[in-house]
Amino acid sequence: MSGRPTPILEVKELSARYGSVEALHAATLSVEDGEFIAILGPNGAGKSTLMRAVMGLVANSGSVQFRGRALPRAAPDVCAAHGVVLVPEGRGIFAPMSVAENLELGAYLLHDATEFARRRERVFALFPRLRERLHQVAGLLSGGEQQMLAVGRALMAGPQILLLDEPSLGLAPRVTEDILDALALLNKEGTDHRPGGAEGALALKLARRAYLMSLGRMVAEIDPRTVTSYDDIAQYYLS
Amino acid sequence: MTTLRNIISRNRLAALAPLAIALFALAYAFLAGGYLVTVMSFALIYAIFVTGLNLFMGYAGQVTFGHNAFAALGGYGSAVLTSTYGWPPLAGLAAGIALALFAALLVGYPTLRLKGHYLAMATLAIGLIVYEIAVQWQAVTGGYMGLSGIPPIGIGRFEIISDRMQLMFLAAVVALTMWSAIRLRSSRFGRALVAIAGSEDAARALGIDVAHYKLMAFLLSAGCAALAGSLFVHVVGFVSPEVFGLHMVVLAFTMLYVGGIGTAAGPLIGAVIISLLPETFRALKDYQDLAYGAGLILLLIYAPKGLASLGSLLPGSKNQ
Repeated sequence: MSGRPTPILEVKELSARYGSVEALHAATLSVEDGEFIAILGPNGAGKSTLMRAVMGLVANSGSVQFRGRALPRAAPDVCAAHGVVLVPEGRGIFAPMSVAENLELGAYLLHDATEFARRRERVFALFPRLRERLHQVAGLLSGGEQQMLAVGRALMAGPQILLLDEPSLGLAPRVTEDILDALALLNKEGTDHRPGGAEGALALKLARRAYLMSLGRMVAEIDPRTVTSYDDIAQYYLS
Repeated sequence: MTTLRNIISRNRLAALAPLAIALFALAYAFLAGGYLVTVMSFALIYAIFVTGLNLFMGYAGQVTFGHNAFAALGGYGSAVLTSTYGWPPLAGLAAGIALALFAALLVGYPTLRLKGHYLAMATLAIGLIVYEIAVQWQAVTGGYMGLSGIPPIGIGRFEIISDRMQLMFLAAVVALTMWSAIRLRSSRFGRALVAIAGSEDAARALGIDVAHYKLMAFLLSAGCAALAGSLFVHVVGFVSPEVFGLHMVVLAFTMLYVGGIGTAAGPLIGAVIISLLPETFRALKDYQDLAYGAGLILLLIYAPKGLASLGSLLPGSKNQ
């Protein structure tokens, strides 16, 4: 334990349910400062539920500690105020509003005009396309641009940790590449934004550690550098 | 370049056309006088009601079938205090709105935890309960017979009595209400409401206190409903339970959707067009309702997003 830095996010025995169906069974994981984590698993493994449970968006039990403080289990707005920010699956952008308005909503808890401008410039530097599309209705952006907007909006919140739910879902490989590059850059700079968790097979390229999930449970923790083929991952599911 | 600019300006003109027609109808009524002034006065009162509904349903994306209850509370509050207790009209109006806001707070706090159909059912119940109270509590409300002798709006000895004065006064109130709604939409508060309409979860994940904003939108729209209800009784001078019956909700919904839900000008356009539509078909006598119904269907087929967004449907316009 002494060799490793203390984790900033500690999830212990987190369970979550939709009605009477338990979709997440006592999941435990930790994320260190500046770390990029991938969470892998087939459809229905509970990856999205895990992210939603950390934010308190689904009924859940267990404990989530962020920077040593316990996050409330049913108040996503409080989690957001602590700097735990989710980029929801399917992007969750506000389609009828302009790109500018979406970015303003990202910084909803911020009341500082200069900091707002600074964060927005940073988002534009990362995704120049958003500056070009600033006054367009978000629903008319391409899928890739919408994902950029979703990440950009989350960055406007000044996240301490970024939870990305399926950031590459339904995107062309090249666009996915762009977005992963941006995430890698963010993770490296890491001055005030430290994206800590992403999900999906592509995130494996960036991650130093990966958790494998199956049927709502954590099955294994692996080092992606040791993974050389799909068979290496498949063994956890097929054994 | 010039052709491009022409196309854009032509479309902006087309987008404004329904609003221009509504304003023209208002001006025409003012000049022509008579029955048309009465029709337009009611249209303007409904425009206030629908503007409030638009905040809650259009911006925040919620459902309510019960806002006639708040119009009734505003209307009856004002009517009882002025006609029975002799309060000055403006004080009665303010008290009526306060009463409605208090009721909206009591009702909204628990019911706004409900979503979709459940919220719709709960609000429908509120409308029915207030209607029953208006019918049964005869000592105060006069039951089915209602209350008459409600004084017109005014300050001290100055009263707004003539039809045209009332129309002008109502137009000013509508303008103020619409301006406030437009300012609201472009504010932090407005963006939060539209975010809630998009996805409550996403809004909460951004740090927006969803329950708080839903309640605020509910209160604002209830306040508009109460203002409309109160203005109605002062303009007509009479109130009965039927005035604020369920048909009020149906009519307001029609106005909201025909005018354009979620748009700034939609409530006014819808209120004026829907009020004038039956009148234009009056010459058809027995077929009046048939023509009105056919007119509504045509409007919803050819302007599915409402008249306020007609401009964006024209060829060559920017997609909205």
